[in-house]
Amino acid sequence: MKILVAVKRVIDYNVQIRVKEDGTGVQTDNVKMSTNPPDDNAIEEAVKLKESGKAKEVIAITVGEEKAQETVRKALAVGADRGIHVKADSYIEPLGVAKILKKVVEKEKPDIIFMGKQAIDDDCNQTGQMLASLLGWPQGTFASKIELQDKSIHVTREIDEGLETIEINLPAIITCDLRLNEPRYASLPNIMKAKKKPIEQLIAKDLGVDISNRIQQLKVEEPPKRKGGIKVSSVAELVSKLKNEAKVI
Amino acid sequence: MSILVIAEHDNLKLKTFSLNVINAVSKIDSDIHVLVAGNKCENVCKEVAAVPLVKKVLQSNSVNYENFLAENLTPLIIKLSEKYTHIIAAANTFGKNFMPRVAAILDTSQVSDIIKINAPDTFVRPIYAGNALATVKSNDKKKCITIRPTSFDPAPSSGGSSPIEKVDAVDAPNISKFIKKDETKSERPELGTARVVISGGRGMKSGENFKLINAIADKLNAAVGASRAAVDAGYISNDHQVGQTGKVVVPDLYIAVGISGAIQHLAGMKESKIIVAINKDGEAPIFSIADYGLEADLFEALPQFLEELNKLNTIQK
Repeated sequence: MKILVAVKRVIDYNVQIRVKEDGTGVQTDNVKMSTNPPDDNAIEEAVKLKESGKAKEVIAITVGEEKAQETVRKALAVGADRGIHVKADSYIEPLGVAKILKKVVEKEKPDIIFMGKQAIDDDCNQTGQMLASLLGWPQGTFASKIELQDKSIHVTREIDEGLETIEINLPAIITCDLRLNEPRYASLPNIMKAKKKPIEQLIAKDLGVDISNRIQQLKVEEPPKRKGGIKVSSVAELVSKLKNEAKVI
Repeated sequence: MSILVIAEHDNLKLKTFSLNVINAVSKIDSDIHVLVAGNKCENVCKEVAAVPLVKKVLQSNSVNYENFLAENLTPLIIKLSEKYTHIIAAANTFGKNFMPRVAAILDTSQVSDIIKINAPDTFVRPIYAGNALATVKSNDKKKCITIRPTSFDPAPSSGGSSPIEKVDAVDAPNISKFIKKDETKSERPELGTARVVISGGRGMKSGENFKLINAIADKLNAAVGASRAAVDAGYISNDHQVGQTGKVVVPDLYIAVGISGAIQHLAGMKESKIIVAINKDGEAPIFSIADYGLEADLFEALPQFLEELNKLNTIQK
């Protein structure tokens, strides 16, 4: 069994975002970048399947600028076998990314594709579902538990009402929730070893798919600031304020 | 222009977020049709038909739609999409699941989780966990959109009588199967729509200690929420999670207890009308957005809180 894991390089989740003054986007210069958090869960799940002997090969793929390779390298350091970097110089919408991934899937023919359920930069929550749709594959979105069967996977999904379990045929796409597993850290020897693992580079615009963006970003602004309130000195004062001032209880 | 809203329901009742979506899209155009795809969902259709803003209800009955599998719903929506300029659902785990599948087939770039409609093609949506707001214009002819329901008021639900038209089910691809749903049953209001939410964080120290929160929730008729830290620590199940990767809530009153205020938590609650923070760390970031902050040990403050509430003659429900 072959597994493809898609990862994305994003601004680290601990960084306080700053909106550019000219309204064209957010500051990314000299800002710490990391792998999109649920993508770490995606890699971990794939590597676990390999360690248990169920998967033979794990391939990590990313789409992005030159430095996006770092996320593939990190995936290699925690256990992926080889990497693919699809170089793109500017932002590509989830639809374009899904088309690029489809192209690679047709060549690599993986049995399972893992990726995070959502990227924490554009918060779109689309790529996995779109790729599944373009391939005609089933999807297990927001997965917090998977159980591999003979020709299918049982996927437990985190939904608004609680948990849902579905069975999807292979090949399939799983988009991972943060609760799927506990991603490991790469050990120093593995980081060194990962440097020798191969990363194939492809060029996004040479893949013969339409990756033009359809959504125009007119402006990016800071959300209205919430006015800081007051500190109360006792529970009694708090309840009194809620009752008589805010009138919410 | 004409709009197709995909209704969310459980085959018996319409989910209230569908009303928020219907109200939101009325800002785009008045020609609103609502698809109710399900199994034996006649009651839901009647409910939708009574919504005055709805012009027509499309009912599609099939066992294949009973559990709303994205693989099965997509071909039906694609078939119906021809007549519509906008295809719209709520940006919750229902809409997020199938809408990108539909958009990909239509070769449309989906606009996710919008919180404001400026024009039929221009929308505002939060990015970076709500730390920035992007105004975007969709240049696709057909638009696939998910709407953050809590950013819009619900549409009035009675007084209308739109026609209900039956549409044939479309063959399902037969690649996915529903097994079971474990719904968290609770007497309390739903987290997404509750007027009051009280949430606990890592400071709660254990799941057992959430009984302090539950007691106040019962008193205030509040829903119980939690930070990701509390969920990850196993204190409470994930469907209580408020934040970027959990639920977005906009209650009249949000009480954050033992929650420091990580960026990803604030993303899920900072639009609340009144925010109360109870934390023993006076420097916790949650205080910078709280209307009322109480720097105190929650294990002393919560029992006192309950006691003070008990003293009140009346409490809004």
